[in-house]
Amino acid sequence: MLKEGELRIPSGCAISGIIDKESKRFCGEEIIKSIALMHDRSNGLGGGFAAYGIYPQYKDLYALHIFYDNLSVKMQTEDFISKYFEIESAGTIPTRSVPSVKNKPLIWRYFVHPKNYTVKGDIIDDDEFTSRYVIKINKEFKGVYIFSSGKNMGTFKGVGYPEDIGEFFMLDTYEAYMWTAHGRFPTNTPGWWGGAHPFTMLNWSVIHNGEISSYDANRRFVEMYGYKCTLQTDTEVITYLFDLLVRKHNIPIEKAIKVVAAPFWDDIERESKELQNELKSIRSVYASALINGPFSIILGYEKGMIALNDRIKLRSLVAAEKGNRTYVASEESAIRIICDSPDRVWSPKGGEPVIALLEGEQK
Amino acid sequence: MKTIDALNVYYRDLNSSIDEVVKTDKTINLKNVFGQRYIGRGLPENVKLKIYGTPGNDMAAYMDGAELEIFGNGQDAVGNTMNCGRVIVHGSCGDTLGYAMRGGEIYVEGDVGYRVGIHMKEYKEMKPIIVAGGKAGEFLGEYMAGGAIILLGLNLSKGENITGRFCGTGMHGGVIYLNGNEDKYKFGKEAVKVDITNEDILFLKKHIGFYEKTFQKDLNHLKLESFSKYAAVNKNPYSNMYCTY
Repeated sequence: MLKEGELRIPSGCAISGIIDKESKRFCGEEIIKSIALMHDRSNGLGGGFAAYGIYPQYKDLYALHIFYDNLSVKMQTEDFISKYFEIESAGTIPTRSVPSVKNKPLIWRYFVHPKNYTVKGDIIDDDEFTSRYVIKINKEFKGVYIFSSGKNMGTFKGVGYPEDIGEFFMLDTYEAYMWTAHGRFPTNTPGWWGGAHPFTMLNWSVIHNGEISSYDANRRFVEMYGYKCTLQTDTEVITYLFDLLVRKHNIPIEKAIKVVAAPFWDDIERESKELQNELKSIRSVYASALINGPFSIILGYEKGMIALNDRIKLRSLVAAEKGNRTYVASEESAIRIICDSPDRVWSPKGGEPVIALLEGEQK
Repeated sequence: MKTIDALNVYYRDLNSSIDEVVKTDKTINLKNVFGQRYIGRGLPENVKLKIYGTPGNDMAAYMDGAELEIFGNGQDAVGNTMNCGRVIVHGSCGDTLGYAMRGGEIYVEGDVGYRVGIHMKEYKEMKPIIVAGGKAGEFLGEYMAGGAIILLGLNLSKGENITGRFCGTGMHGGVIYLNGNEDKYKFGKEAVKVDITNEDILFLKKHIGFYEKTFQKDLNHLKLESFSKYAAVNKNPYSNMYCTY
């Protein structure tokens, strides 16, 4: 079977996200209801969710969610992981039988922490250590895919309509303070479990509606910093861009957004001298991190949720607020079905992010 | 008058039941509408729908004379290739409102999204009209080939603009009326500001009057002579593109 990247995938999609800024947790039924309303934006070849706050009992451990093609690669991978990580707990991810969800891989979950912090003599922190081994496994182990590697969060995804995938993974039994969901519409691909959204790296998760025409420029850029784009899909590269800019380069999230959705040069010319200088340096230093093409994305990380459109808004995105909660979705009806009379509903402009952070977090 | 509860009804089933009902009853209330697509598609004259909730994308697509009144917000592509009839939205609308619209009228009480009126067109007496009370996103009237867009810019908060950049980009027909003056950089090179005539004032009066009445607003303070009008620089900019000698 040809996997992603070996075929071109023009896609439409549905996205939805909910955050409770006071970190109150709620079960996955609401997000499933929201994404299910946009059923016809997907075609049954991919659905997925990211959930933050679901593993409080293991909050200091990395939760690895892994797809295996067969038992022999599972044993090899487990041998490899246990060389570098202490495995505190391991088991299958509980699932329910759903008739439309077929050809499922082996789906396992491990709560781990790194055994040491050195790679080839370099002392590195445990985030860097973990991400390097996640990249290595995804690149070198055939038939193995780590699709989630954060702390106190997890992604759940597969081939199927998102509401069926949510049912399959029993998301009604999990409680999170932030949920994102994606329904996929790849029209030219066999669709495989790893290719569904969200794409994650450590605590970052990205779901995406659109196409990234700057993919190769972005890929070359992140690969200079040790990332490996193993899926050749555009969404994967967005995840690594944010991991690089915010985690490794320590850029505040609002500036990172200016990097990926940079203002046009002639718009910059109309800004104040000070802002001009800042925006010009961002565009010059990170020219290759500019994301071009139509997109609406929802980004999750430990501080909260960010939704963003491309600069000229070629994909739809609506946001709403009610009480402590912020909602974003491809369609307003997908918010209203789970949120009666919101306090505020708006359509963000192109390139203008919706930033909804947990209380006490700084941009 | 018949009422249809649209809650949890799939869009195809909802639209078929509307088709069935209009055979005997021309006036329908739809309640609990959540995102069903294509409501009002192709509906003919004398049909009236009152829609409560948030109707889905491509509402009034190819509509052919019916009147839709929406108590809530419209999503994307309302009035896609609409032929004639009227859409009244007591709320705001999303992107590509009036996409390739060929005739009829759309009145939106509040704001409208990006690419509104993209590729609207006209032919003889068929002249589509979009009137919106608030502001519009970027690319208003992109590739516009006919018809009219009127933006009232009511209740803008400080720092908000009546329209975004790239207004009238690729425009080669039709007119855009904006309340007040906008900076030149916001317009595509194919759109040009032209003088407002007495005929324009009468046209504005008529449609703004309908807006006032429909949404029960008092707009006496609006100065029609301070509206600005934009039209295409060139009616046929691409005539030489495919046949240069």
